Amino acid sequence: MTDISNPKTPNPKMSARNVNVYYGEKQAIQNVSIDVDTDNVTAFIGPSGCGKSTFLRTLNRMNDTVASARVTGEITLDGEDIYSSGMDVVQLRARVGMVFQKPNPFPKSIYDNIAYGPRIHGLASSKADLDQIVESSLRRAGLWDEVKDRLKDSGTALSGGQQQRLCIGRAIAVEPEVILMDEPCSALDPIATAKIEELIHALRGRYAIVIVTHNMQQAARVSQRTAFFHLGTLVEYGVTSEIFTNPRELRTKDYITGRYG
Amino acid sequence: MNAVSIFTLILGLGLIAWLSARAKAMRLASASSEAGPAAHRRPLLHSLPGFHGWYAALWVVAPAMLFMAVWANVMPALVTDRVLHDPAAATLPLDPMSRGAILSEARNVAQGGAQVAFDPRANALVEPYRAAQRLYSLGGAIVALMLAFAGGAYAFTRVRPDFRARNKVERVVMGALLTASLIAIITTVGIVASLLWESLRFFSFVNPFDFLFGTKWSPQSAALGYGSDNAFGAVPLFWGTIFIGAIIAMVVAIPLGLMSAVYLTQYAKPRARAWLKPILEVLAGVPTVVYGYFAALTIAPNMRDFAVMLGIPNASSESALAAGLVMGVMIIPFVSSMADDSIASVPQAMRDGSLAMGATTSETIRQVLVPAALPGVVGGVLLAVSRAIGETMIVVMAAGLAANLTLNPFASVTTVTTQIVQLLTGDQEFDSPKTLAAFALGLVLFVVTLLLNIVALRVVKRYREAYE
Repeated sequence: MTDISNPKTPNPKMSARNVNVYYGEKQAIQNVSIDVDTDNVTAFIGPSGCGKSTFLRTLNRMNDTVASARVTGEITLDGEDIYSSGMDVVQLRARVGMVFQKPNPFPKSIYDNIAYGPRIHGLASSKADLDQIVESSLRRAGLWDEVKDRLKDSGTALSGGQQQRLCIGRAIAVEPEVILMDEPCSALDPIATAKIEELIHALRGRYAIVIVTHNMQQAARVSQRTAFFHLGTLVEYGVTSEIFTNPRELRTKDYITGRYG
Repeated sequence: MNAVSIFTLILGLGLIAWLSARAKAMRLASASSEAGPAAHRRPLLHSLPGFHGWYAALWVVAPAMLFMAVWANVMPALVTDRVLHDPAAATLPLDPMSRGAILSEARNVAQGGAQVAFDPRANALVEPYRAAQRLYSLGGAIVALMLAFAGGAYAFTRVRPDFRARNKVERVVMGALLTASLIAIITTVGIVASLLWESLRFFSFVNPFDFLFGTKWSPQSAALGYGSDNAFGAVPLFWGTIFIGAIIAMVVAIPLGLMSAVYLTQYAKPRARAWLKPILEVLAGVPTVVYGYFAALTIAPNMRDFAVMLGIPNASSESALAAGLVMGVMIIPFVSSMADDSIASVPQAMRDGSLAMGATTSETIRQVLVPAALPGVVGGVLLAVSRAIGETMIVVMAAGLAANLTLNPFASVTTVTTQIVQLLTGDQEFDSPKTLAAFALGLVLFVVTLLLNIVALRVVKRYREAYE
């Protein structure tokens, strides 16, 4: 077993201990232990198929939608085991939001896309209240100025980058504590990517953010802590600047310097 | 010489042509490959020998067969003509009816369909008939075989290294495929043309406005000579069709079909789905006549008893409700499979997005999946309606014949298809409006289902594009 770096962070929001994930017979994640820090952006990097997305999806139990997936080990949110039988998955997902690789706005208006979560969770007491939530969410997603005059237009009519910011706005409209981002820029052009990265900077501190990326420059730019995954194991975890300048593991160094991946 | 043996003979000649042209091409190929230097050996034969074989075989078979087909249609007239010039035919009556009867009797005996004719004049014509038939069929066979030989010889002389047999064969294949598709189209055009033609004749008896907007339907009284004014008002039929096919049946089929589709796509475990979906599809395979007697013998009496219990007037043992309910059940698999397809084609990302917001499965279905799948579902429902209103067997057996214009589902109503069946069974006269009315009804039904199908396919297509 490779020496796994210290999983602990000073102020953990979520903690995973000895997590294994199986798809049927195949083991996708082996014995991963890691903390997600409250005030920082955590990046998961690694070559394709290394399990970083799979692990991300265990943090809000999206793997439950895959019939063959099975998770063992312990994952806590504020000290509470999210895989315990008492955990309400629906509530968990309201607290741990998610943004996907491909922008997936609902085929509804921009307004209704943002209002979707607040409506199903009953967060707004009045129409004015809901309007307020929609505006503030769009503002925080950096989209308000671009769409304020066409809130009734379909969300699917926006450009790819706008759609992705809409999805981020949709996720923050329910005031989550953690936002998981699964390669949020992989389908976007460089300008749209830059906007999303700015947005991640702006959101840092307000939400614990975990971002999966295959773009190492992006991880270096947006994150304070970086975890390197390889073949379903966590190879190294630490402060981003150290991982990129002075990795302790040879595999990390080889990956970062572009020897494979 | 009968047709089967000529047919076989031509095919045999085709085989010979195939073999010999192929052999000639192979000889040319080997000759050319020995000639050049081995290093730049390019096949001097443009097409593979097999293509030369097919080309020759096609030239043998196709013209001869075409001639045979034409000849088979022309020959009877030529034979009759020759027989009429026989001295024995001079005694025939001039009246075309009895003349035709005698001729067909003679023909029947000559072809071995009967031993002997009742009419002595026909018996006298049997021998001339046989002679004429022998003559023309022999002539036809000779011409066909000559054509086959000529075609084969022509093709054989064209077997040369640079001859593009492959391209020629390709064009023949294309032509054959085109013909196959044209046959279906031409048949449809023919059906539509006959509908139009007979409908026009009907409308020369009955004012189209009275037909489309009249409310009294009693074709029998028109047939009995009470005049065709106001007897062909088809509104009660249109109403009955819509009432059964588009209202009652859809009230059953849409919710049940949609919900079963939602269950199958969203809740059912793969194993349950593997069992349930084929079983549901069996419903679609039940012959409509079986649904029909189920409706007529089981559902309809129960509906009447139920209506009598409730004290509803005009309860009939042939009711719109019985026919509509059973038709709805018949349509369920149709709606369900269309809805299933459109829900399944909503991207998984959409579903994940909703679940990741903390929505439950049913919230996701209600607020995201069904709205996203709606155009596909609507298209499916329109197709289902167009099937339901064209459906015949169930309504013939269970809906009744009385052309009532009523909102009472327990009363008997009749539909367009039922009336078409009524008008065209039994004795027909193709110059009476009673029979011709069937074509006008058929035309209306055709136009309506055509429009429904066009709209539905458009809706479905646009929806498909949205997710690709």
